[in-house]
Amino acid sequence: MAESIRITTPFTEEDSRKLKAGDSVLITGTIISARDAAHKAMTEALARGEKLPVDWNNQIVYYLGPTPAKPGDPIGSCGPTTSGRMDAYTPTMLAQGIKGMVGKGSRAPEVVEAMKKYGVTYFAAVGGAAALIAKSVKSYTVLAYPELGPEAVAALEVVDFPAIVVIDSEGNNFYDIGQKPYKNFDINNI
Amino acid sequence: MRELDVKVITENVAEMCKEAAYYLPDDVYRGLKRGRETEKSPVGQIVLDQIIKNAEIAKAEDRPYCQDTGMTIVFVEIGQDLHIVGGYLEDAINAGIAKGYTEGYLRKSVVAEPLFNRKNTQNNTPGVIYTQIVPGDKLSITVAPKGFGSENKSGVKMLVPADGVKGVKKAVMEIILHASMNPCPPMVVGVGIGGTMDRAALLSKKALTRSIDQRNPMPEYAKLEEELLEMINQTGIGPQLGGTTSALAVNIEWGPTHIAGLPVAVTICCHAMRHAHRVL
Repeated sequence: MAESIRITTPFTEEDSRKLKAGDSVLITGTIISARDAAHKAMTEALARGEKLPVDWNNQIVYYLGPTPAKPGDPIGSCGPTTSGRMDAYTPTMLAQGIKGMVGKGSRAPEVVEAMKKYGVTYFAAVGGAAALIAKSVKSYTVLAYPELGPEAVAALEVVDFPAIVVIDSEGNNFYDIGQKPYKNFDINNI
Repeated sequence: MRELDVKVITENVAEMCKEAAYYLPDDVYRGLKRGRETEKSPVGQIVLDQIIKNAEIAKAEDRPYCQDTGMTIVFVEIGQDLHIVGGYLEDAINAGIAKGYTEGYLRKSVVAEPLFNRKNTQNNTPGVIYTQIVPGDKLSITVAPKGFGSENKSGVKMLVPADGVKGVKKAVMEIILHASMNPCPPMVVGVGIGGTMDRAALLSKKALTRSIDQRNPMPEYAKLEEELLEMINQTGIGPQLGGTTSALAVNIEWGPTHIAGLPVAVTICCHAMRHAHRVL
C-alpha cells in the first residue's frame, strides 16, 4: 500500500479528479457536517428558491452525528454514518458545488452519475472508528440549523483526517474492486 | 428472603452503559488482532489498524468506541428468591440507562414512536428489556447496546424442516450477502435457530452475549458455526473495503420448535460487539 495522499481544503474539481478509487488520504482543513435532517432542510430551501446558509462550493461534506463533547473537548466520538440515506438529496447538493463526500457504505447509481458529471470524490471513513477520528478534529462550529442538535450543519477543522477513496470521479468503485480478489464464494454451491 | 434496592440496580445499569460504550470486550479485541495478522487485503489491513487503534483510544480515554452508542438491550435474570424493593424493576433499569447515557456523554438515539412523530426521548430510554425468572436469589444483568447500522441488516427466515442444514446455511448467507459492507464489518453474527419467529430473533440476540471464542457446546452446531464463518470470510466483504476478515465469529443458539417449522434469525453486529455484565 502506497503512502497516504495529503489533501487540503478547499477541495477543487481538479484536486478531486486526481484521486483514484483505493487511494488512502489524510484530509486537512475544514469539512462540513450534514446528515438526514439537514439534507432535507437544505433541499427544501432550494426548492423554494432560497439561498443556502452555507456556501458549498469546493467543500467536503461529512455525514455525521457525533456523541456529545466531554467538557474541554471540541467534539465527541465522530465516525461516519451510512451515506445511502442521503442519496435522495445528493444530486441536488452536488449541483451546489460540493466536491467531496465522506461517509460509509454504498451509493445509488444516480449519485455516481452526478459525481461523474461534477467531478466529485466519495471517501469512506472507517465505520466505527469514532474515537480515533475524533483525534483529528480540532474544532467544531455550528454554521446552520442549531436546532437540529447533533444533526446541525457544522464546520469541523481537521488535521490528517483518515479516509479512503471509495468511488472516484470516474465512477470506479472500490467496494467492488476491493472485494473481487478475495471473493471465493457462490451461494448456489451450498 | 434477600432484598435488593432498586437504587443499586439503577447505579449499576448506569455504570454498565458507560462501560459497554467505552470498553470493547477483550475477546473481540483479540479477534480483531487475529484478523489483522491474517488479513490479505492491504486496504483491509489499514482498516483493521484503525479499528484496533480506535478500541485502544476509547478504552484509555473513556470515550465512546462508536458515535452510535445504540439502543440499549438489557437481559435480566431474576432469582426467584430475590425480593426487589423500593420501586419497579423496569423503571430502575430505565433510570440507569438515562443516567448512564447522560453522565457518560453517549448519544441519545431513541425515538418514542417509530412512524409518525419520531420524537427523540433525549435520554436513550426506554431500553429493550428482557426478564427471565431463574433459581436462586441473585440478579444478573447484561447491558448490550446495539447500533443500527448493523441492526438494519438483520433478518428472520421461516424455513420448513425439509430445508435442513443446507437451508439454514443459505438463509444465513443470503442475509450476509445482502448486508455486504454496510453493517461495519468485521461482523459478529448471532444466529437463532428454532422456537417461534420471535424466539428465534431473541436467540440470535442472546447469541451475541456469548464470547466469540466459545463455540456452541453441541458439536453439530459448533461445526455449523465454523462452516458459516469460513463461508462469510470467503465473500470478499472483508473489513468494509474488501478482504478476508468479514466476520470474527458466528455464534448460534438454538431452541425447541414446532414439528412443522425451522425458524432462522440472524442478528448482525458490527465490530463494536459491546456488552457489560454484572451479578448483583
